[in-house]
Amino acid sequence: MLRRVALAVAAPLLAVAMALGVSSIVLIISDHQPLEIYESMWRFGTQLNSIISMINRAVPYYLAGLAVAIGFKMNLFNIGVEGQYYFAALVAAIIGAAFTLPSVLHVAVIILIAMLAGAFLAAIAGILKATRGVNEVISTIMLNNIVLGGFGAWLLTRARYDDGSGSLQIATKPLASSGRIPNLNRWLEALGFDVPAGSRLTGFVLVAIVVGVLYYVIIWRTRFGYDLRASGMNPWAARASGVDSKAMVVKAMLLSGAMAGLVGLSTLLVEEGRFKGDFQTGIGFTGIAVALVGRNHPVGVALGALLWGFMERSAQRLDLEGVPKEIVVIMQGTIVLSVVVAYEVVRRARAAQQQREVSAQVEDERVADTTLEVPA
Amino acid sequence: MTDVTPSSQRPGHVIDQEVAQQAPARPARRPAWMSFAVYAGLAFVTLSLVAEVADAPALTGDGTWGAALRVGIPIALAGLGGLWAERAGVVNIGLEGMLVLGTWFGAYGGVEHGPWWGVVLGILGGAMGGLLHAVATVRFGVDHIVSGVAINLLGTGVARYLNIITFDERTGATQSPRISGNVGQLDVPFLAGGDLFGWRSPSLAGWLDRQDWPIVSDLGAVVYGLTNNITFDVLLGVLAFPLTWWLLWRTPFGLRLRSCGEDPVAAESLGVNVYRLKTIAVVVSGALAGLGGAILVLFASIYREGQTAGRGFIGLAAMIFGNWRPGGLAMGAGLFGFTDALQLRNEAAVHAMLLFVAALLAALGVRALVRSRLVPGAVMLAFAAGFLAWWLMTDEYPKQWVPFTPHITTLLVLAFASQRLRMPAADGVVYRRGEGR
Repeated sequence: MLRRVALAVAAPLLAVAMALGVSSIVLIISDHQPLEIYESMWRFGTQLNSIISMINRAVPYYLAGLAVAIGFKMNLFNIGVEGQYYFAALVAAIIGAAFTLPSVLHVAVIILIAMLAGAFLAAIAGILKATRGVNEVISTIMLNNIVLGGFGAWLLTRARYDDGSGSLQIATKPLASSGRIPNLNRWLEALGFDVPAGSRLTGFVLVAIVVGVLYYVIIWRTRFGYDLRASGMNPWAARASGVDSKAMVVKAMLLSGAMAGLVGLSTLLVEEGRFKGDFQTGIGFTGIAVALVGRNHPVGVALGALLWGFMERSAQRLDLEGVPKEIVVIMQGTIVLSVVVAYEVVRRARAAQQQREVSAQVEDERVADTTLEVPA
Repeated sequence: MTDVTPSSQRPGHVIDQEVAQQAPARPARRPAWMSFAVYAGLAFVTLSLVAEVADAPALTGDGTWGAALRVGIPIALAGLGGLWAERAGVVNIGLEGMLVLGTWFGAYGGVEHGPWWGVVLGILGGAMGGLLHAVATVRFGVDHIVSGVAINLLGTGVARYLNIITFDERTGATQSPRISGNVGQLDVPFLAGGDLFGWRSPSLAGWLDRQDWPIVSDLGAVVYGLTNNITFDVLLGVLAFPLTWWLLWRTPFGLRLRSCGEDPVAAESLGVNVYRLKTIAVVVSGALAGLGGAILVLFASIYREGQTAGRGFIGLAAMIFGNWRPGGLAMGAGLFGFTDALQLRNEAAVHAMLLFVAALLAALGVRALVRSRLVPGAVMLAFAAGFLAWWLMTDEYPKQWVPFTPHITTLLVLAFASQRLRMPAADGVVYRRGEGR
């Protein structure tokens, strides 16, 4: 029993140890003291404004991670979260700025538009796969390149809004204040935290939490989620039990794309209020890594997203230590690999242990049999 | 079946008839290369006519095609890397990372020791990425996608990190110093008038180009563009294609390697060392991507962060587009290279491509109708009409749409043709020796 528990926690611990080991080697090779560096990162990363920054970074990563995870749950690789969230945020910014509604309703409508736009782009890949058998990895890569390689820029130039400030930055019309989500600093202050100036906790974190719970419920507590997981684990068995695999592909892509549509909204609704030409890209690819590290579980993905946020925030400290902060990217890559390797190693250890237990049991029974046979 | 009829009409030839029924002779099929040549020829004639009608000589200009080769070859090599790995059953989504490693190590070799060392180190850098992928996926049984994603992260991180500790003081964090010198170049003898043992051969393609004959001169220009001033690194990349074809489809080694991608359990039972072959395939895969990266930096004479711009992924797409075959892959990569080159050299000519696409779709549509595939035929003809109307009613193609046009094309082609694609049967399946199926 104790061994079982040990094995369960062994994998994450092993992964962290492996990642720290590799990073330490890199640091030592480039003439730095790993322990000092880690300590400095930790001290900087655990200050309140760092923690706020970590959470702000983690929110989009989390949503992107969940979007990818939905696909992974049924062996679909939606590598197109990248294009989907960019497109969705842009469309939501353009349409959302065109009207005003009462506050909460306006925000809800913008969120809905973003989800629809993300789902639309993902649906192209889903429908192509279901009806024409096009590999979703390729179609989503193509869609990424279409959106980020020019279509997004073209759309943005069309929707360009000149606010008269003379800025060269291309941006859409700002959203009305009714379409914005406030930051949560007042709540933090009410809880007794002394929030440093310039730090703002994104209000979108609440949406992310709700979405995480919804994800859990949908995947593990509904018929749809059951079919989805079944299709992922054993497509033949799922089909035999009456799951329409083509419809599942489209549905899963729609859901994944809708989730991807939320990724850019923390920036749009809380921080900027408009879509600017330098809108952050790359979150979709981070989402893949985060989903892998979190093993597609909402809590795991949350931890992964927070870890990524923490590393990127505390990396800012590294430059002061004279270490290129890019070492963080190396650490992240190592973590992705070591998590998987660690789980595989533990899986094998567990399988070996089970085998031993079973053979021991068989042995016992055989001994028992022979002892019974002796008097006869 | 045509062969069966005469023999069955002759009485008394029972045995003959039985044999014929057991093995009905198929109608003789044209070999694949012949139909390929016919289609390619027709496509080229169309392109040449379009260039004439739309007054866009750049479509068949030697400059465009030469640039297409240089721009397309890194994509093609990434795709070829993907082909090696996937033919052995390992999905390699980490090509982008290996390409990045190739660019940085290529630049490092080029800056510190000269351009040829850039090629060598670029190949080695990519191969290191491949080795990591091989160790993770083949030895440790890590999911191929996971390992690939990690390698993409690692490749970018390692390149940036190394660039900072090596070149930061000279040129900043995100680029390398300029690479001086080049690997040299050649004109292909007889076609582009290169030297042969000191004797200057005639340039057949160049001569055709100057004749101003319809179509034939265009062909001359294209061949001239593809054969003059080829740098040796590009030549190396081009040669990798026939070499790959020969190795994988004409040698026992290749058969074994491909058997690992189709059915590793059966291969192992026949004495093939699956682990070793998969490892070799993935390392070669990385090396090819690394060569692609090195070509990229040598062409630009400098390493810049983000230089690869997703070419690894595009290469992967080109490979699938090409049905996991070198020839098809080269065509797919050529499509991307050609569009890129066209936009670099002559944006007006991109507008003429609308007419070309219309003609191509019309031809495919008619072919589908003739073969009584009515719905696809009608769809394609409708699209053709749409493209024709677009060409007639506009004067230029939106500039910002040019970069992603090949990607739309790829999507359309896949949508129409993906049923004919077949990937290796055990592609992406983690294989563990002794665990059976």
